[in-house]
Amino acid sequence: MDKINLTIDNKPVQVDSGTSILKAAEQVGIKIPTLCYLHLEDLNIENKPGGCRICVVEVQGRRNLAPSCATVCMEGMVVRTNTVRVMNARRTVMELILSDHPSDCLVCAKSGKCDLQKTAQDLGIREVHYKGEQSHYKEDRSPSIIRDMDKCILCRRCEMMCNEFQTVGALSGVNRGFDAVVAPAFEQDLVKSTCTFCGQCVAVCPTGALTEVDHTDNIIRALANPKKTVIVQTAPAVRAALGEEFGMEPGTLVTGKLVTALKQLGFDYVFDTDFAADLTIMEEGTELLTRLTSYLNGNKEVPLPILTSCCPAWVNFFEEYYPEMEDIPSTARSPQQMFGAIAKTYFANKIGVDRKELVVTSIMPCLAKKFECQREEFKTDGNPDVDFSLSTRELAALIKQSNIDFLSLPDSDFDAPMGESTGAAVIFGTTGGVIEAAVRTAYEVYTGKPLQKIDFEELRGMEGIRHATIDFNGLPINIGIAHGLGNARKLLDSIKAGTCNFHAIEIMACPGGCIGGGGQPLHHGQSSVIMARQRAIYQEDANKPIRKSHENPYITKLYEEFLGKPLSEKSHHLLHTHYFNRSKVKVVIPKSKS
Amino acid sequence: MVTQKMNIMVCGGTGCKSSNSELIVTELRRELQENGLADEVQVVQTGCFGFCEKGPVVKILPDNTFYVTVTPEDAHEIIAEHIIKGRKVHRLLFKDPVTEEYINDSKGMNFYKKQLRIALRNCGFINPENIDEAIARDGYAALAKCLTEYTPAEVVDIIKKSGLRGRGGGGFPTGLKWEITAKVKADQKYVICNADEGDPGAFMDRSILEGDPHSVIEAMAINGYCTGSNKGLVYIRAEYPLAIERLKIAINQAHESGLLGKDILGTGFDFDIELRYGAGAFVCGEETALIHSMEGKRGEPTFKPPFPSEEGYLGKPSNVNNVETYANISPIILKGSDWFSSIGTEKSKGTKVFALAGNVNNVGLVEVPMGTTLREVIFEIGGGIRNGKKFKAVQTGGPSGGCLTVKHLDLPIDYDNLIASGSMMGSGGMIVVDEDTCMVSLAKFYLDFTVEESCGKCSPCRIGNKRMSEILETITKGKGTPEDLDRLRNLGEVIKDTSLCGLGQTSPNPVLSTMANFMNEYEAHVIDHKCPAGKCRDLMTYRIEAENCVGCTACARVCPVSAISGERKEVHTIDTSICIKCGACMEKCKFNAVFVS
Repeated sequence: MDKINLTIDNKPVQVDSGTSILKAAEQVGIKIPTLCYLHLEDLNIENKPGGCRICVVEVQGRRNLAPSCATVCMEGMVVRTNTVRVMNARRTVMELILSDHPSDCLVCAKSGKCDLQKTAQDLGIREVHYKGEQSHYKEDRSPSIIRDMDKCILCRRCEMMCNEFQTVGALSGVNRGFDAVVAPAFEQDLVKSTCTFCGQCVAVCPTGALTEVDHTDNIIRALANPKKTVIVQTAPAVRAALGEEFGMEPGTLVTGKLVTALKQLGFDYVFDTDFAADLTIMEEGTELLTRLTSYLNGNKEVPLPILTSCCPAWVNFFEEYYPEMEDIPSTARSPQQMFGAIAKTYFANKIGVDRKELVVTSIMPCLAKKFECQREEFKTDGNPDVDFSLSTRELAALIKQSNIDFLSLPDSDFDAPMGESTGAAVIFGTTGGVIEAAVRTAYEVYTGKPLQKIDFEELRGMEGIRHATIDFNGLPINIGIAHGLGNARKLLDSIKAGTCNFHAIEIMACPGGCIGGGGQPLHHGQSSVIMARQRAIYQEDANKPIRKSHENPYITKLYEEFLGKPLSEKSHHLLHTHYFNRSKVKVVIPKSKS
Repeated sequence: MVTQKMNIMVCGGTGCKSSNSELIVTELRRELQENGLADEVQVVQTGCFGFCEKGPVVKILPDNTFYVTVTPEDAHEIIAEHIIKGRKVHRLLFKDPVTEEYINDSKGMNFYKKQLRIALRNCGFINPENIDEAIARDGYAALAKCLTEYTPAEVVDIIKKSGLRGRGGGGFPTGLKWEITAKVKADQKYVICNADEGDPGAFMDRSILEGDPHSVIEAMAINGYCTGSNKGLVYIRAEYPLAIERLKIAINQAHESGLLGKDILGTGFDFDIELRYGAGAFVCGEETALIHSMEGKRGEPTFKPPFPSEEGYLGKPSNVNNVETYANISPIILKGSDWFSSIGTEKSKGTKVFALAGNVNNVGLVEVPMGTTLREVIFEIGGGIRNGKKFKAVQTGGPSGGCLTVKHLDLPIDYDNLIASGSMMGSGGMIVVDEDTCMVSLAKFYLDFTVEESCGKCSPCRIGNKRMSEILETITKGKGTPEDLDRLRNLGEVIKDTSLCGLGQTSPNPVLSTMANFMNEYEAHVIDHKCPAGKCRDLMTYRIEAENCVGCTACARVCPVSAISGERKEVHTIDTSICIKCGACMEKCKFNAVFVS
């Protein structure tokens, strides 16, 4: 590749051709502030509208200031990032942005984690010299996400995630000039849009404009109610990220501290969603083998490939955009809902508590889980299987509010019986993990032989779409994997077009899977954070004494005592679901330049 | 009796049409029919003559008699007197506002004398709905010449050598743009015509499309030949129904004549044109925003590069030129680049069409060679300032241009001179204001337009222009401070320096240029809290001069808020704390007793 030489603030720098001034400056230790720019390098996600104009720099010979994020380095360029002209322009633009912002930082959900607040501080803004009308919009509260567009700075990151990465098309810029805002079509509420509640808009929002619905207060009240038995389940991806909220290095596993914290908070039983993940593998894996065997026996009507159904945003997505393919995904409920169904029947019966007095809560890396647990089909006589779903961020807030010094906590173990799990369940938290877990079990069940090697490296990685062929003792099984709904769309379209021959496909809505979920600690554009969480997940798997779901002794016991066998009538009733046509619009989303 | 064939040209542009010019055509034809002259005299509905000030316009050929402000009722007299008896209808002739003489021949009109019409060559001379009339005036001759005599590269070279620059406002060398698009390799390329004329008051593109649509179609085909494209798209605002209709007719006729479609003129070159309608957003005149709008996306700009020449409509190389730019192409091909480059100044060749408006006598479309001075345009072509008032300023370049003053009157108009003086060419808006105009209010007026029309994508344009407008609002209400002027200037400079597209990069021009040239007016507003032009209502005080007041009570009775008190036959007074400055008292007073200061 051609090399380009230039100077930035008198420092010579050599870069590959096509490099932006912003990236070139980073190479020589110059960090130009940005607001709208976002680059998750390992995930190939970039937002570069050149809209905020905070990153402007002076380029010798150029009439106006250049946005460093979008301006490509040229040979011999002389760039200055900190002249009086640049600094005045940058501060003025920041003051303008702040002049149309509520500035209620002290009570804002994003305070302390807000990119706008931090950048304003870094620029040394002590006074806003420009005042005038401020934008006001009605608050939009969906089951998962709150939109407070008074705080929107039009960085368009959410729009990019929603349209380009997820191809969901729920959010876009509407209106002109000062009235411009990012909103669903016709400025309707999110619930009326095509939103899947994946929460990726929240994950990238630099301000408090997009936040999750906060259920911490409901939990505090339930815990304080002596009539209620309150139990909690924690998803695999939470333990690999929660520590970040307390200043720990990304990728630090905090499983033991997490359990201790939950016990100190007063939960009667601290369980693990991983238990339900093992259960999912039993049901979903059996479903895969049943469909596959039927197909191999000549029944060509069997819908293949089978698609995973653990991810609630993904379920919302295909119900919205591919309702005609509703017989393809597995009917297995997600681990959160399997856990809830078992907790409010089997476990409630075991401890002699009426389901209405049993409060099932979940700690999830996800915002779509909040929507999922409110679905009508997951309720019995109006009582939901899972009462409240909290994000990783909300749990951190709850721990802080309860005066628990997380860093000094000792480790504890999950309670039995629903706290026991295998390594296969842990990897549900990353892209490729669910299908690897399924393969570990399906292989042994199908071939009747033990696996020589438990790790399926060929299924791991961070590529948006991956595929691999696993040899089931002479039977080649073709596996597809996609994370990000835009990538899922590509796979679905190829199924529709009949151009792929997969037997099973794993889909997760968020970048990297649940580790990059919409409810996780904010990554602030650092994809290395998501990579570190992935490493932690695989480390936890490797450390587990049992690494195959069908070997979980408590799962075996559950089938013996309660369910019978996978896909039994009871299983169907409690652990499986059906899908609905939620299609609102037929749209083709063209790929756009940002 | 009439022995030779005569033509009666009736303006059918949007302006004259809305003043009933179609009925004039009907009436003229009926009169001719009744007098048995239908075969002898032809009535032609043409495009715009440019002299919109006095529309509807009717011109008789071959004697160039120019009738103005014609009504359908005048048809009888025109036929009976002029056509049959050979006597001009004196009262309908144009009266020069300066000399007060009636002009017999349009060639004697100052409005036309200094004009050189290249882009507007056919407007007012042909029936735009008849391709034969366009062909009779060399229409499609340039296309034929290109296809049969020149290679694409040779055509590009002619355009490059001519020095033609984009007439939409950017002033980018047209030939260079064509060359870049031609060099990019792609399976599909597009020729795009920007007909999203958005400057308030500017209507040259509309007039060309209404009066001479074939000139644009031909030039687009030539561009297709040069750049290797067989697909043309005209992005035209839906508010131009007549232009759309005539363009459609012209495209159909060109098809029927083998001048569009497959194998044009048997040369094997294919070219077709489709229309795309815009919803009238000003920012969609910016080429990247225009392309997004055509793609069905939100009309907002993206940073360049990549330029549309490399990556445009649907990601394919696209050559975007404005209507007026295309209208210059055929004459350049036919008369040569040397001819074209001999007109104009060193760096701005050819002519430019301006939409002359405001407080001048002759409002209309004027096309003059580059290098013509503002004085010539305003005082000779424009006939000077209305009602004998003094010239104060001229705003060029549309809403985001700057205000130039008396000291700029002898400035030869070209791209670079206008920018150097703090204004710009833009698409050719030229609005003249007289001494009674408040420059602060004027700046606010233009700024408010860009506040409305900003797409909202980048922060300085979205919020900054709004804040500037709010500060100006405070100043015109008499609540401004000297610090507000510092804020205004800083905002204006930062918005220009940091905005994403041409809209934001120029939107502060009206404010910055009026601050540069009329600082005393701003200071009067913020220091003395007075509006020197007496236009800012909140800064006015109405009072009754005791000497003149006879106590008739008329003012007190007309006052809508009962701010005036006084006994009959005694001097009245206005309570300024109640007065809403509506001016009703002043209008009512027969004794000149009410004054405003």
